[in-house]
Amino acid sequence: MAAAPPPSKAAPHPPAVAPPSGPPDPPPPADVPAPAFIASLQAAVSGSVSRVSYWLGDWTVVVPVAQVLQAAQHLRDAADAAFDFCSDVTATDWPPRAEGRFDVVYCLYSTRHRHRVRMKVIVGEQQPLPSVSGIWPAANWLEREVYDMFGVAFTGHPDRRRILMPEDWQGFPQRKDYPLEGPGELLMENPIDWLKLRQSREQADIE
Amino acid sequence: MPDIKTEIMTVNMGPQHPSTHGVLRIVLELDGETVLSAAPTIGYLHTGIEKTIEQKKWQQVIPLVERMDYLSAQSNSLAYCLSVEQLLGVEVPERVRNIRVLIAELQRINSHLVWLGTHGMEVGAVSVMLYCFRERELLLNLNEMLAGFRMFPSYLRVGGLREDLPRGFHDAVRAFLDRFLPKLDEYEDLLTKNAIYLKRTQGVGVMSRDDAVAYGLVGPIARATGLDYDVRKYFPYLGYETYDFAVPTQTAGDVYARYLVRIAEMKESVKICRQALDRIAPVGVFAIDDPRITPPPKDRVYTEMEALIQHFLIYSQGFTVPAGEAYVPIEGPRGEHGFYVVSDGTNRPWRVKARAPSLLACQALEKMIVGGLIADVIAVIGSIDVVMGDVDR
Repeated sequence: MAAAPPPSKAAPHPPAVAPPSGPPDPPPPADVPAPAFIASLQAAVSGSVSRVSYWLGDWTVVVPVAQVLQAAQHLRDAADAAFDFCSDVTATDWPPRAEGRFDVVYCLYSTRHRHRVRMKVIVGEQQPLPSVSGIWPAANWLEREVYDMFGVAFTGHPDRRRILMPEDWQGFPQRKDYPLEGPGELLMENPIDWLKLRQSREQADIE
Repeated sequence: MPDIKTEIMTVNMGPQHPSTHGVLRIVLELDGETVLSAAPTIGYLHTGIEKTIEQKKWQQVIPLVERMDYLSAQSNSLAYCLSVEQLLGVEVPERVRNIRVLIAELQRINSHLVWLGTHGMEVGAVSVMLYCFRERELLLNLNEMLAGFRMFPSYLRVGGLREDLPRGFHDAVRAFLDRFLPKLDEYEDLLTKNAIYLKRTQGVGVMSRDDAVAYGLVGPIARATGLDYDVRKYFPYLGYETYDFAVPTQTAGDVYARYLVRIAEMKESVKICRQALDRIAPVGVFAIDDPRITPPPKDRVYTEMEALIQHFLIYSQGFTVPAGEAYVPIEGPRGEHGFYVVSDGTNRPWRVKARAPSLLACQALEKMIVGGLIADVIAVIGSIDVVMGDVDR
């Protein structure tokens, strides 16, 4: 896959201030007790919870990449968690962040206990992330969409192809450095000419 | 008897096929009339709305999200508004909550009517389509009365509603509800005990309860398998816990069960609409009283300096939303629907992701049609009620 196109001339987001380097993920206040499944996840899979956060009534556990599969398996199968329903898998892009560019977010829900949690994994641009589609079949297409839009390198996925964009598309549209207007026809047909055109335009702008 | 030579045939269904509800393409492998494998291909309607949203201000997003799932426009904007309001930490007044309930339930009836009409037509009951679109026209008239638009009213706003209810809206909705219930019986007369319809739908496209949960199919499809998950009951929003309504379920999990669930849901929606109408005063507040978010009334803009400044600020730079993330699920016509909204503390969203129930339904399509007959493929696609605008976004 070709590298993402260079940043566009369009107004950056947010305008005129430095881009944020990650979500706030505030720790839970002292008077809010953490649900039991978070403690049992920590006990069952050692090192699986690098941070717990609580914001507006929602719990988030941040899981390191190495423990994703074990943590997901535990969250689905343990009696006190029983997250049998993966409601959404998505990602957010924080380009300047040092520890990894993407937050991959799994929204989980338990039909037995009726509780929700967000599982968050921080991955870098080239870092492989194990696929959870073997644990929740619903994650299959959702992960394909995350790969298509952000270029997160899922491993062990049964069918890792682009899903929304054409199969020969260059670049990953939902990344923050991908131009809103898209690369245009020329990139699709001849990427080298497109790069030259782009550079000559930038040169003209400088002059 | 000589051996009959058979071979497996590959059929490309769609994307331009009248029964695929838009531009769904399925590559089917057939052995005679039996489906051996099915590979749904999506993306023909991808418009990059989620990318566009990141360039808009918070309030400007509403017309965009309404165009995602174009049959339940106001459910989309409701889900978006609830997520952003949670981030803002504001709570809309009770009258606004009740009006939103009324609008959401009318939207549910609207969406189910399109589903029933197209699904009926696809399995051969063409008259159902004509009947359903007749009543849907009245609902679109209500939208026009409410906001001036028929399909995408953009009437909901972050922090309330765009304007107050028009004069005579209560009577118009009551007249519709009174007319609609007998008409619903008419649709049932056409289908519920129709021998042809029963043969086409019973035992077709069966989904077990565990599979439905594993594939993320909550909503009418899961309720047809016996799971009584309804966000309105499990995680009440907008004060749904104060309304008296039932969650209809079936256990068969086939196309017919989904039909029964949706018909019963429409009846429950009518009940909720009537209760909401009784609670809504004809005139009253229609937005929160927060000068950061709600623009001042027009007559004050023309006469007071402060109101003019406030108006200018709201329409030029918009409002900022505290950094954080929120996901508030609602029960849309197709099941759990919600927007995962991330803010970086500025006046534009950092990321908005729609949880699209149609996408997951499309994914599970393969599970439902493999092993069945090719004629049943049409019935199953109709029964899961996919909207391609929601699948591709």
